[in-house]
Amino acid sequence: MPAFTPPPLPSGDKRWKIVNGTMRKNGFARHALIETLHTVQSAFGYLDDDSIRFVARSLRVPLSQAYGVVTFYHYFSLKPPGKHTVTVCAGTACYIKGADKLIAAAEKKLGIGQGQTTWDGQISLMTARCVGACSRAPVALFDGAVAGEMAPEQVLEQLERWAVE
Amino acid sequence: MTIEELEQIAKSVSAENAKYDYEVNVCMDLACMSQGADRLRDELEKAATASGKNVLIRRTGCMGPCSSGPLVRVDPEEHLYHHVKAENAEAIVSSLGDRPVPELQCDLNDHFDKQVRVVLENAGHIDPEKIDDYISRDGYKALLTALTEMTPGGVVHRITESGLRGRGGGGYPTGLKWGTVAKAGGDVKYVVCNGDEGDPGAFMDRSVMEGDPHRVIEGMALAAYAVGASKGFIYVRAEYPVAVSRLTTAIRDARRRGLLGNSICNTPFSFDIEIRLGAGAFVCGEETALLASIEGQRGTPRTRPPYPAVSGLWGKPTLLNNVETYANIAPIIRNGGKWFAEMGSERSKGTKVFALTGKITHTGLVEVPMGIKLREIIEVIGGGVPGGHTFKAVQTGGPSGGCIPAEMLGLGVSYDALMAVGSIMGSGGMIVMDDTSCMVNVAKFFVEFCMTESCGKCIPCRAGTAQMHTLLSRICKGLGTMEDLDLLISLCETIKETSLCGLGMTSPNPVLSTIKYFRNEYMEHIVNKRCPAGVCTMAAAEVSAEVLA
Repeated sequence: MPAFTPPPLPSGDKRWKIVNGTMRKNGFARHALIETLHTVQSAFGYLDDDSIRFVARSLRVPLSQAYGVVTFYHYFSLKPPGKHTVTVCAGTACYIKGADKLIAAAEKKLGIGQGQTTWDGQISLMTARCVGACSRAPVALFDGAVAGEMAPEQVLEQLERWAVE
Repeated sequence: MTIEELEQIAKSVSAENAKYDYEVNVCMDLACMSQGADRLRDELEKAATASGKNVLIRRTGCMGPCSSGPLVRVDPEEHLYHHVKAENAEAIVSSLGDRPVPELQCDLNDHFDKQVRVVLENAGHIDPEKIDDYISRDGYKALLTALTEMTPGGVVHRITESGLRGRGGGGYPTGLKWGTVAKAGGDVKYVVCNGDEGDPGAFMDRSVMEGDPHRVIEGMALAAYAVGASKGFIYVRAEYPVAVSRLTTAIRDARRRGLLGNSICNTPFSFDIEIRLGAGAFVCGEETALLASIEGQRGTPRTRPPYPAVSGLWGKPTLLNNVETYANIAPIIRNGGKWFAEMGSERSKGTKVFALTGKITHTGLVEVPMGIKLREIIEVIGGGVPGGHTFKAVQTGGPSGGCIPAEMLGLGVSYDALMAVGSIMGSGGMIVMDDTSCMVNVAKFFVEFCMTESCGKCIPCRAGTAQMHTLLSRICKGLGTMEDLDLLISLCETIKETSLCGLGMTSPNPVLSTIKYFRNEYMEHIVNKRCPAGVCTMAAAEVSAEVLA
């Protein structure tokens, strides 16, 4: 069997080197698929067709299987995120303490639903299953920073601040 | 690395700590961080330098009562300060060696008195990113003792003797599981740690991984020695970035100290650990789904047997335990199985960590001996329901568990007792609800969760959860009938008996337990078309609101 040569990087973008690094670290093993997709998402913010194709070819995984994995796990996103992201935790403790009011307020303010981004690409509204900060419920994450015991007004305040940027 | 060298490190750490007159411990767990604990620590550092006093400022893992955060503990006096702000830094430093700051002091004796700390013994006392801190509190002593003085069979025996049961929720006897993997044939075996804490409302495993990562590593290494494995995986949720980075640091430091890698402690035993990231799928908490995910595939469960203990990761015998289970191992090896078996109840030994959240005064992490009454956890340790509301139910076991009503608070917490009342121990989430929660809506919330998290492999779960959701939605809107309720109950029984994995089998639990204990609320929705808690919006009300508008 001829030795396997991984495909060339899709472009000169330096981020591909990071992605390739993860695969090399795992010896281009097939089971590194999820690890590699994590690296792509943290480098590029989301997974597009080109990146899934590239990873699938590099790891010799059928494209259907790679796509199946991407769509199975909630963490992977096929859409580019907005400049800012507000994530409202929808775990049980947050639900009991009124996370639905936070989500409703944000949806009304931004005019978008969960998992969507505003038309100008400024703000994405996401929900999380649980971020593990249950003792401070309800919790919202503003660009990844955890803020506890949120009231709808406080969420709207932060959205205002992003809007004027 | 030898035992003598470990003791040498422990001595040098205490010599180093003795140079300081005071230790100021700052809780830097997620909950306290979200309230500015990092800025507080910076200010404390600044104030300490300016004061010229000999102060050690230490970052620690979760101290427990998160609702009182940010928390600071001053040693050796053990003054605990709550709700500390960065502005208080100067006052704290200048109070050292004098009387404590009165306005920051808190009285949480009731909260702490009933607790017994085994898993959390180091949390709040060590810097999780310093391996020497862990070693100074008897860390890795159990591993080295086992490697030099015990046989693998002896380790399994001690775990069996302790009566430890799996802390992930199922409660399978840990010693029995280890024995099965140890007996399984083959050169290659794996040890896997389930850190995919998918149960929303639970964060014990996160706190252990973030606050005391070496304890998990030591537990896994002991397990590997006992069953004859040389490779381990920790499967952690991607939603826990801090846990991932702490574990990464801990694994690197353990390798540097020769506590992971080849020929550990100059014995033939070799063991190394890799971290695998989850990607947000609740079903991956199920063991066969988790193993599929580590192999880089969709996390769908498969039928058992064969159990992972016989054929797991890549078809090899695999030992799979939860974070908290591994965290219990080192103390058991150190203190003996009998010591552990003395704690707890008849068939549930030791302690259990619970994440106490919801409508309760002291939210946070508590560790209690098994067998303790639910009432004690909620009213004494948790401080009861705040705001003049009345307690309605406590939910244990997450989406697979059930709701326990007020009249059953005399129940002692154990695997069997919770199972008997239609709930489960689960991983340890404990969510308190008061009179503002509608139990029908709560059931709908959990079913919706299971519906979106169903992997879709087997029909009872995929279609059944969707149908349960439809029926519950109708009832919540005041459109349900008595036939709907009967249909719902029979559907629940079918799903319970015919689903492939635990997710499906337990998904009716929240529905059945709320119907059993809060039937009157269902009746109010169906017969009188009203929600007693005022949570659900009735369809009739929606229509009339539209007419009025």
